[in-house]
Amino acid sequence: MELMTLLVGANISESVRGAFETGSVSVQAITLVAIVIGAIFVNNVVLSQFLGICPFLGVSSKVETSLGMGMAVTFVMALSTVVTWALQTFVLAPFGIEYMQTIVFILVIAALVQMVEIVLKKVSPALYQALGIFLPLITTNCAVLGVAIIAVQKDFDLLTGVVYSTATALGFALALVLFAGIRERLDMEDVPSALRGVPIALITAGLLAMAFMGFANVVPLP
Amino acid sequence: MSKLQLITKGIIKENPTFVLILGMCPTIGVTSSAINGMGMGVATMAVLIMSNMVISMIKNLVPDKVRIPAFIVVIASFVTIIEMLMKAYVPALYASLGVFIPLIVVNCIILGRAEAFASKNGVGASALDGIGIGLGFTLSLTVIGAVRELLGSGAIFGMPMVEGDGIMPLIFILAPGGFIVLGYLMVLFNKIAKR
Repeated sequence: MELMTLLVGANISESVRGAFETGSVSVQAITLVAIVIGAIFVNNVVLSQFLGICPFLGVSSKVETSLGMGMAVTFVMALSTVVTWALQTFVLAPFGIEYMQTIVFILVIAALVQMVEIVLKKVSPALYQALGIFLPLITTNCAVLGVAIIAVQKDFDLLTGVVYSTATALGFALALVLFAGIRERLDMEDVPSALRGVPIALITAGLLAMAFMGFANVVPLP
Repeated sequence: MSKLQLITKGIIKENPTFVLILGMCPTIGVTSSAINGMGMGVATMAVLIMSNMVISMIKNLVPDKVRIPAFIVVIASFVTIIEMLMKAYVPALYASLGVFIPLIVVNCIILGRAEAFASKNGVGASALDGIGIGLGFTLSLTVIGAVRELLGSGAIFGMPMVEGDGIMPLIFILAPGGFIVLGYLMVLFNKIAKR
């Protein structure tokens, strides 16, 4: 694991540095790449920012369901960041009522999830079948509100905000799928009775978080 | 259920962290020190008591279909009030808790108590329930914070506890330590509670 981490790390930083030296890529593209890698690996939303732990522990017993959940979260997170960014820029900030942020954002996210559910049901029944059961759960996923707030706090522009939130959601999906894979195997092991269930899951998550710490310093934080 | 039982049940029998396993994000996210854990616990308790009281007052006015959005608005208003108070009076704590203060809105403990208790009981009982569950949450967070602070930096509430050069396994303050300490404390709690 560690060797793989090191190899991946070396490759990424070298390719980023290479792109800088040749000047073939614009500075903004580099920043976006750094944000993507940072949000997926270095500052993984679950394993180093502690957001969205409830679904992480709750829906991660099978790889298949955790893939569905990951996709649904990616969809809603990107969409809600666009909407909350627009509200912040065009409504809250001009009128000087930033303190309403928490109330407005949570209502927007709750409404958005409902709307996505209704639209998806009409437009794409197949996608609704795949994502439908996860959508109501997302309103209480603190990662969605958390990312919307962080994107506003960091003063991201729209493009950066959307890239950041999509990458964060992909990081969430990655952690969820990895963890589900581990838990599927854990089910077959003989775990001491006091550790069964959530405690062993938490300790496993701790080990996974330790592995992800190997990604630190791969890219400079945005 | 007597008044005393309403308060004490949240501490052991229905402890939100170790038994109900709710509100995991702030539980792991802010407990890198005992004082942070305690601050988060008290802030959540304040929101919980006030939202429980208001929701039990309005329970007959709100139509059943829109009760969840209505509850969320009540909770979000109190979170905003607490956020502004903390920003004004304890700016250091406000800065170290960061994004987790607005995220009290989505703490499932609060909406859970609103739905399971406050929407069915009187104002007084709901307030006591808020105090009980809030105390349980505050105690758990303080204990987790104290253990992590002791293991990771050799101090509790900022007071040095360990003799020597002060080099401690920093990992307990970082992300992995949060998961692992909570996991083992849960094992300990299960063992003691079962007896």
